[in-house]
Amino acid sequence: MLLSYIVRRVLWTIPFLFAVSVVVFALIQAPPGDYLTTFVAKLAESDESIDQATIEVLRERYGLNEPFLVQYWKWISNLVQGDFGQSFEWNQPVWELIASRIPLTITLMLSTFVFAWGVALPIGIYSAVRKYSIGDYFFTTIGFIGLAMPNFLLALVMLYIGVKVWGVHMGGLFSDEFEGAPWSVAKVIDMYSHMWIGIIVLGTAILASLIRIMRANLLDELSKPYVTTARAKGMSEWRLILKYPVRIALNPFISIIGLYFPALISGAVVTAVVLGYPTLGPLMLQSLLAQDMYLAGGILMILCGLTVFGMLISDILLAILDPRVRYE
Amino acid sequence: MSDPRLPRATVNAALPEDVILDVRNLRTYFPTRTHVVKAVDDVSFQLRRGRTTCIVGESGSGKSITARSILQILDAPGQIEGGVIRLRSTGRDAQGESIVDLTSLHPRSRAIRAIRGRDIAMIFQEPMSSLSPVHTIGDQIIETIRLHEPVSKSEARTRAIELLRRCEIRDPDIAVDRYTFEFSGGMRQRAMIAMALSCNPQVLIADEPTTALDVTTQAEILDLMRELQTSYGMAIMFITHDMGVVAEIADDVVVMRHGKVVETGEVNALFADPQHAYTKKLLDSVIKLERRADIKPAEAAILGADTPTILAVRDLSVTFPGQARFLRKPAPGVHAVRQVSLELKKGESLGIVGESGSGKTTLGRAIASVRAPTEGNVLYRGKDGVEVDLADLNGPALQAYRRRVRMIFQDPYGSLNPRMTVGQIVAEPLRNNNVATGAALRARVADLLEQVGLPAEVMERYPHAFSGGQRQRVGIARAIALEPEVVICDEATSALDVSIRSQVLDLLIELQKKLDLSFIFIAHDIGVVRYFCDRVAVMRLGEVVELGPASQVCSAPEHPYTKALLSAVPHPDPTARSMHLRTRYSEEAS
Repeated sequence: MLLSYIVRRVLWTIPFLFAVSVVVFALIQAPPGDYLTTFVAKLAESDESIDQATIEVLRERYGLNEPFLVQYWKWISNLVQGDFGQSFEWNQPVWELIASRIPLTITLMLSTFVFAWGVALPIGIYSAVRKYSIGDYFFTTIGFIGLAMPNFLLALVMLYIGVKVWGVHMGGLFSDEFEGAPWSVAKVIDMYSHMWIGIIVLGTAILASLIRIMRANLLDELSKPYVTTARAKGMSEWRLILKYPVRIALNPFISIIGLYFPALISGAVVTAVVLGYPTLGPLMLQSLLAQDMYLAGGILMILCGLTVFGMLISDILLAILDPRVRYE
Repeated sequence: MSDPRLPRATVNAALPEDVILDVRNLRTYFPTRTHVVKAVDDVSFQLRRGRTTCIVGESGSGKSITARSILQILDAPGQIEGGVIRLRSTGRDAQGESIVDLTSLHPRSRAIRAIRGRDIAMIFQEPMSSLSPVHTIGDQIIETIRLHEPVSKSEARTRAIELLRRCEIRDPDIAVDRYTFEFSGGMRQRAMIAMALSCNPQVLIADEPTTALDVTTQAEILDLMRELQTSYGMAIMFITHDMGVVAEIADDVVVMRHGKVVETGEVNALFADPQHAYTKKLLDSVIKLERRADIKPAEAAILGADTPTILAVRDLSVTFPGQARFLRKPAPGVHAVRQVSLELKKGESLGIVGESGSGKTTLGRAIASVRAPTEGNVLYRGKDGVEVDLADLNGPALQAYRRRVRMIFQDPYGSLNPRMTVGQIVAEPLRNNNVATGAALRARVADLLEQVGLPAEVMERYPHAFSGGQRQRVGIARAIALEPEVVICDEATSALDVSIRSQVLDLLIELQKKLDLSFIFIAHDIGVVRYFCDRVAVMRLGEVVELGPASQVCSAPEHPYTKALLSAVPHPDPTARSMHLRTRYSEEAS
């Protein structure tokens, strides 16, 4: 039952990713001009020029003057075979550029995820069980400050505090001595000693809503008759709360993983630019500015793929957690 | 010292040998910001070994709060203010008994937790929501056993299976690993009882355990409880609002009202010679519903051969489509109503009776043009004498039909918008149909409220300020606002207390006479139908199995299903307990 559910869910991602690819490609093509127009403009800025014939030859070679569908078909048919094309600007295969940055990107996202959910769960439970207590108000206030403050602003504030208080620049992910060094335990520790800022910046943005969701769900469940039943059995209060209402209140908490994944990813782009992280975010911004279409398309596809994957994970978790989902 | 877990609060006063639980002067209050609600106010009664004590009362009488006070599982801000609850606790580990005062124990203490589920077990009204939907039945039973007794998981599991078997659940070794949503309502309540019995309690508190169940299922559950009581010898505290159930199972009765006990007594004596005026009133309103309303004209007068038909249903079927499935054909649909044909005569009340899932509500909705039928027709011939087919109507014609055929709903709380005043609620259909505006509208609304027995001043107030019965009157005023000819009542009195129920029914009868209405009265309660209806259609699994004059269907039914249904209805007469003699209906017998 569970297996067939997972298989069905996985199969559904195929048409979904296909639809995403069409939208991604259309969006990249949407701004006027192409990579060469941007390229010419850039050259003109530095008082260099290139004659029209050369541009036309280049355009011909890159296939930029072909109709949308033909270009899309070329791109997608190669993509299916694992070929993301060539970056105009970097003159390197797109996949190589992306691949070098994927591990750090995923590490940042998963760490943020673990931080946000790990912190929100106990606070949410506490806030619901001790409704309207001082602790409840305290956490709610902190959460809303995090929610109200834009990511990039918080990142800038943290950098400013770093310089003012400790006199160090806290951007980047590695200290100089570890830059380019092979991976080791010491390097991972060094990375996290930098990355925690990014994790907190990204995490606080969703922490407040996660706490509120957990709190509201649990409050609904706490007054349900099955809680009274468990109490009438003679269970201790905390044990029964954790076993029954929390277990059921977890459902929405899990299912919003899929919803917040995209928010996490897009938030990570801006934050990574501000904090100077070598993740996919800054690379994507650059590629979009330069209209480096294969690179931008590749990154967008990877990010969408991660989002779809995140939703898949949350759906499967939900099915494992709640028998009612499995049996539908 | 019988049990190391409950030594502290021992009260040594004489208690008759067979009394297991003694409640003295119990007071439970709910302090609110402005005042204190005295939910239980000086209540005293005793539970005796092997006997069933029914606590009976209408909503708000404090009967559930009393039960919860015993176990100290009150919801905030409820608090026990005074009184003594003495429990004769038998030590499990061997020697002797001790008497514990439960009110002296802290609600979160280990001592009270050891008593809950072990000495005193409780079952609840709503078997669906009283069990966790995401844990298996077995998990929840095993947990109770292991909370109170040092047994291994596999041992507890064996006992859980045995308990399920005792509670007559089929294939207990499979059922133990099932989830509650895979069970029917009756099965869930059996599982709940199995869980309550898992530690051999001396007291079983049952809080309206059969109220949410169909009458036939109710009869089965009452049978089971009686039989288990005989073999386990426990005291049962049975909370109910249904005098029929009381007559059927009680040994002793405690009548409660507004948080106080108004009368206590042995069941036969209490029914034969009630002392308190309230008990008399309660019994009278139940007995009144046992036969046709006095204020109604004779059946024959209404069902004369020359009475015209106002509404006819021809071969009506409603199918709910199955769920769409990925890469497969959609799941098979549900035939909620199959090939139903019936006629509604002008001025009559036609009852549609059936258990849950019989399709009676769906049929009502199809007639009210809320849901389109899959097949068949609804033919309507109103005052103008032109017969129309509901399927052909649209636009203004359909709107006109909907003005003529109105509905009254079951839930007086859910069917009134809490953000509209009573005046706005009643005026809404008038406004939507541009019947009246301004002062004329106000006058009409005031008149309608007066007709349902509410003063015109209530217009400015919101629904939350009214009791269930008053709200249902508002719903009736809304239904008759457009001067309809047919009114469909979908379980319109099911959510009301019994004394209010007959008042609302009498109001409907008055309105019927005055406004020349025809009623389709959907109900699960035969008593109400017998009181109110002229003809009755009995539905089962979407089909009408029997249709005839109310007097005949309710006293001399022909179809075996109707017989089974009728014989499962408890009657308010403890000297003629008949439920154990009931006939059962099975598919093979039909």
